[in-house]
Amino acid sequence: MVAIHSAKRLGYEGVAVTAPVTVPYRRFSINSAHWWIGRALRGLVAASGLRPADIDGLSVSSFTLAPDTTIGLTQHYGLSPRWLDHIPMGGASGVMALRKAARAVQAGDCDIAACVAGDTNHVDSFRRTLSTFSRFAQDAVYPYGSGGPNANFALIMSNYLRKTGATREDTAKLAVAQRENAMRFPHALMKKPLTAEAYLEARAIADPIHLFDCVMPCAGAEAFLVLREDIARDLKLPFVRVLGSIERHNAFADDAIQERGGWERDLDELYGMAGVKRGAVDFIQTYDDYPVISMMQLEELGLCENGGIVEFVRGNTFTTDGTCPHNTSGGQLSVGQAGCAGGYLGLVEAIRQLTGQALGGQVKDARTGLVSGFGMITYDRGLASCAALLGKA
Amino acid sequence: MTEPLTPPKRKNPLKKTRLPLLPSGIRSRTAQMLTLVAAEGRFALPTCLDCGAVHYPPRDACPKCLSARIFAQEAPAGGRVAAETIIRTSTDPYFRERMPWRIGTVVLDAGPSIIAHLQGDVATGSRARMEWKLDKSGQAVAFALPEKETPNMADDPQLREMTLDPKFRRVLVTDARTAVGQEMVKALAAQGAAIVFAGLAEPWKPAPVRDALAAIKGVEIVPIDITDTDSVNELAGEIGAKVDILINTAEHIRPGGLMERKGVGVAREELEAGYLGLVRLAQAFGPTMRFRGADGTNSACAWVNVLSVFAQVNWPQFGAHSASQAAMLSAAQSLRAEFRAGGVRVINVFTGPLETEWYQAVPPPKVAPSQVAAATIDALKRGLEDVYVGDIAQDVRSRLAVNPKAIEREL
Amino acid sequence: MTSKSAKIAKTPSGNASGPLAALASALAGGAIEVIDLTQTLSPDFPTLVLPPELGQCTPFRIEEISRYDERGPAWYWNTITLSEHTGTHFDAPVHWISGRDLPHNTVDAVPAQKQVAPACVIDCSELSAKDADFLLQPAHIEAWEAEHGRIPAGSWVLMRTDWSKRDAASYANLREDGAHTPGPSPAAMRLLVEARGILGFGTETIGTDSGQAHHLDPPYPAHYILHGNGRYGLQCLANLDKLPPTGALIIAPPLKIRHGSGSPLRVLALVERGATGGKA
Repeated sequence: MVAIHSAKRLGYEGVAVTAPVTVPYRRFSINSAHWWIGRALRGLVAASGLRPADIDGLSVSSFTLAPDTTIGLTQHYGLSPRWLDHIPMGGASGVMALRKAARAVQAGDCDIAACVAGDTNHVDSFRRTLSTFSRFAQDAVYPYGSGGPNANFALIMSNYLRKTGATREDTAKLAVAQRENAMRFPHALMKKPLTAEAYLEARAIADPIHLFDCVMPCAGAEAFLVLREDIARDLKLPFVRVLGSIERHNAFADDAIQERGGWERDLDELYGMAGVKRGAVDFIQTYDDYPVISMMQLEELGLCENGGIVEFVRGNTFTTDGTCPHNTSGGQLSVGQAGCAGGYLGLVEAIRQLTGQALGGQVKDARTGLVSGFGMITYDRGLASCAALLGKA
Repeated sequence: MTEPLTPPKRKNPLKKTRLPLLPSGIRSRTAQMLTLVAAEGRFALPTCLDCGAVHYPPRDACPKCLSARIFAQEAPAGGRVAAETIIRTSTDPYFRERMPWRIGTVVLDAGPSIIAHLQGDVATGSRARMEWKLDKSGQAVAFALPEKETPNMADDPQLREMTLDPKFRRVLVTDARTAVGQEMVKALAAQGAAIVFAGLAEPWKPAPVRDALAAIKGVEIVPIDITDTDSVNELAGEIGAKVDILINTAEHIRPGGLMERKGVGVAREELEAGYLGLVRLAQAFGPTMRFRGADGTNSACAWVNVLSVFAQVNWPQFGAHSASQAAMLSAAQSLRAEFRAGGVRVINVFTGPLETEWYQAVPPPKVAPSQVAAATIDALKRGLEDVYVGDIAQDVRSRLAVNPKAIEREL
Repeated sequence: MTSKSAKIAKTPSGNASGPLAALASALAGGAIEVIDLTQTLSPDFPTLVLPPELGQCTPFRIEEISRYDERGPAWYWNTITLSEHTGTHFDAPVHWISGRDLPHNTVDAVPAQKQVAPACVIDCSELSAKDADFLLQPAHIEAWEAEHGRIPAGSWVLMRTDWSKRDAASYANLREDGAHTPGPSPAAMRLLVEARGILGFGTETIGTDSGQAHHLDPPYPAHYILHGNGRYGLQCLANLDKLPPTGALIIAPPLKIRHGSGSPLRVLALVERGATGGKA
């Protein structure tokens, strides 16, 4: 047996992340994913002043692109990239695309990588996506009431509430704060204020999941550019740096039911790499497919002490102008979940916050932000966990 | 505590019949290993033959050692419910009209966690006994039952979707002249079937059992000769819309293989009473049953073929009969596919030689007709698909699984 | 029509005033009635029951080939299956082991001339009603002859029992020890065949023999004696009550089945109007 030690990880020096683009969401769309991704690419070109031909790296995340993958899109859009990636990883798409693109740019495999996530939402797309989401879902979840992710997360949430002592009032706190943030974000689909009472009294979907625990599936696209810092400077683009990042999949396979995501396995490395004290960030963008999952992330990513999540939630406001600003655009719960673009939402928002380009509420003096990705519940738990610490350039 | 089922009201003949819908029946080929065990009512889990690790959902490589040698192995059926939810909204049309629907995460004693349907008396924190059930799509699903029988347990609406309980249902036993048919009629009546239609062919022939059967509450004698298309069609015209379970007990057992018999007369009779009888019944009763797959508490739900286990491998002593049974087995598979859209289960009850006059010269062990009836009732109540009654049937099944050539030489 | 209308070719024809013309005219005028002596072929009609380990009489079955549908849009037709001895049927000598070596013993070899023959009808209906196991004895035949004259050679003798009027169960009349239906005694058969030289013997029951005929000596005397002497049988006849004791003419042509032992058939009787039955 050979003892294997992980090598020391390199930093992301010389890599810039810029050009946050959102193609405004729609509840339903008659257009294809190709259309939405095309709009996002056009948005990147417009935001950066580049020509399409300058894009020599392309990473795409989408669930509704079938039968195509990223390669088909090169011909579709007339691009000729020399680095290509396809990351249909739902809530982990954004951070995963960022990490890979950053390494490609850093190594010179490409100069300018366009990272795009986009999905359409036809009237029946959601049902179709659910029924064929994964082999394990087909074999072992969908036939059990076909409740979709709501039912999966209901099982996780009921266990989580029981184990942590958290209540629906606590999850309400996050949902209500996000809605408050969303009221100022122009692209949010949810425009009505949400009260804790309305959250608590909403109809049950799959106990204890109620209506305002759930995201609204919609069509939309998000995008950003990863490129060499010198090019960003030449283009006079405001950019952010990647201070550190981690990803981990199928982390705690032996846990009988999911109570943690996987971040804790690599958390020291995340903060260590960035030279940031554990939890010392100006805002956090979690992957909020359900508020309970955001609670899980807040704790596991070190925003509070282990076991202190309930107290932490009760002690912060989570609004853009309050304490522990969280999901500052409103998150998916209020903006909508545009398939894989949901995994980009927090990252694109973080770029805006750290470059002073917030479309809604701006976190004051934001210098360091934490973005986390989570998802791909193929059987009973989210398999993917990842996070990136971003810093103002 | 499960609410006891109430007898269904008489159907309003002006009301539209609810169409049968199915839960998702899409499964990976690997997952079908569980369909196999569910069909026989066993509890098994994917197990690595190299390292012994038990896993779920079914995989093509062991998650501990990456071996590909994975088989469904008998496993302890106990577990603890770690979490539950009541699904109140579904995108799936089948579940949508059956909301709310309870599922849970069960941590199995065997190791893995499994998402399962919950019987009403099972809740978070409680111990559960797991069974693989076939759902309306005919595919295996995990079902968590109370560890010990609870009152009216079988009446749980979710469980009843998986089972074919004769309670309050109307059953046609096609041939009550046979010993198996008579036992079947008695057993069904005792299980609370609303009506048992007991078929008697050739009413001009004496039937000493007629009066005894007719005296049982709920039993109605009906004329049907499954060798006669007109007779089958006529009965279907009269009671076809009221047959929720059809049990074909017709038999025509004669010894002999192919060469020693003169002519095809007996073989033809075997086919007429066997294979062609099944075809006639399928054409006359099948379409209506398939249409009535979701028709309330007494929806059409099951079709039972009583077959010789030698449908699966020929027994030369009854060689020609075995061949006719093989034809019926193959027809049953076709029937299964044809019934799938209605969610109607096709059960094959395989028996060894029976304790009846046609097996007089066959040494024991033999199967008492009442055993066949009991096994059929059990299959209906548990929702099985393949049943092996008696030592010979079990023996043949095991030997076939090991080496079909060996049993072919040995019989 | 014009004068140019074609002439119909003349073929040789019978005498316009001969017996057949008289028959045709009597049929057309109703002086001669045609009585159908046939049971309807249906799956519900009983067949001979033998111990189950023996070969069985195939019951009548009917399957549509098409009925103005996708199987044949403008026509309706069926396939029927039955044995040679199902329903109203004819027994040829070869049917029984006693007749197996006789010449012309199969249905296809039955001379056409013999397929139309006179009939004597012996009414045993009252005696059969009293005793389902009634056996026709020589004495009954002699009594009948005393009234109606000697049975002519070459005629059918039909045993009327009114059995054809019974429902299916009492028609088959099966009990624990087998069928109980009337038929001829061995002596009666010998008398009819050897002394009277009849063409054949016909009954309303499932067989020419009585239900318990296996206990007689020889067993199944009607079959044994009739067929051993090259004579014919008719069974499952109906409407014998509509025939006169003498004077009916039976038309009973079996299907021309190669090497056939018997045949379902339509049996007709020509009867002069006003003729009535006679009792044994």
